[in-house]
Amino acid sequence: MAEFVIFFIMAAVALGAAISMVLARNPVHAALLLVTVLVAIAVMFLLQDAQLLAAVQIIVYAGAIVILFLFVIMLLGVDKSESLHDPVRSQRPAAIVLGVVGLAELLFLVGHHWATGTSSGPGLNDGSGGNVERVARSLFTSYLWPFEVTAILLVVAVVGGVVLARRSGLPPQQELELERDDDDTEPDAMTESTSEVSAP
Amino acid sequence: MTLASVHLTDSYFLTFAAMLFSIGAVGLLIRRNVLVMFMCVELMLNAVNLTFVTFAKTLDDIRGQAIVFFVLVVAAAEVAVGLAIIVAIFRRRRGGATADDIDLLRG
Repeated sequence: MAEFVIFFIMAAVALGAAISMVLARNPVHAALLLVTVLVAIAVMFLLQDAQLLAAVQIIVYAGAIVILFLFVIMLLGVDKSESLHDPVRSQRPAAIVLGVVGLAELLFLVGHHWATGTSSGPGLNDGSGGNVERVARSLFTSYLWPFEVTAILLVVAVVGGVVLARRSGLPPQQELELERDDDDTEPDAMTESTSEVSAP
Repeated sequence: MTLASVHLTDSYFLTFAAMLFSIGAVGLLIRRNVLVMFMCVELMLNAVNLTFVTFAKTLDDIRGQAIVFFVLVVAAAEVAVGLAIIVAIFRRRRGGATADDIDLLRG
């Protein structure tokens, strides 16, 4: 009963925040609404005996990924409101129709047992220890190789992020000078792009 | 009496996850702001994670939770690289943060 009430409150909060996120004109508001959705999903993880994932969800998503989003929003200075005008007129109704059809398909699958499969691995309560220990045992035995590959993936992502976010292959000092020079020449490129945008 | 007999089954969670996924998909299609589009992708990933956790509980299989861990790692890597690409693009073109600004297939 209590679980049911918690589920419904969290579902209402998450769906409301998700819809507001899609409709938010300001990217900062969208990021904060995304945090709300992520916290609600963490509560849903707790309701389903996934304590480790609930903690990881809060730490990694709400604590790291959304902060990264906010940093980029502030770095780029795009925190001003944008108009929701769409240059491609038929895209929005088409997207909504597509979304409704997709939702109908998913809901159809929810009601059918053949879409769910059967269990073939260690259960949620097999072995000793709590949820953390059981997930860890799974990760460090049957999924040890993929786990190591994710370490490499994260290193590649960090190196890729640094390489991409840097302006050029120059050392930082020269790069700064280049940036100063560029500020003089930038207006041409800017007027070009804004005229492109404002054209109906 | 009727409320007390209601149980929280997997179909509630699956329906909720399907709704979140659809909202994310529609948002990805109708928004033009690259950052908000990215947030919609995160929303879809989270809906799928919730589905994984729901099936882990329903089928009593811990591997459903282990796979969510990998999805989280890939999502973190994707955000790091994706946001770096967005920063690189919008340093070059300061016009705006919409996907329509990046319509030229040239350097």
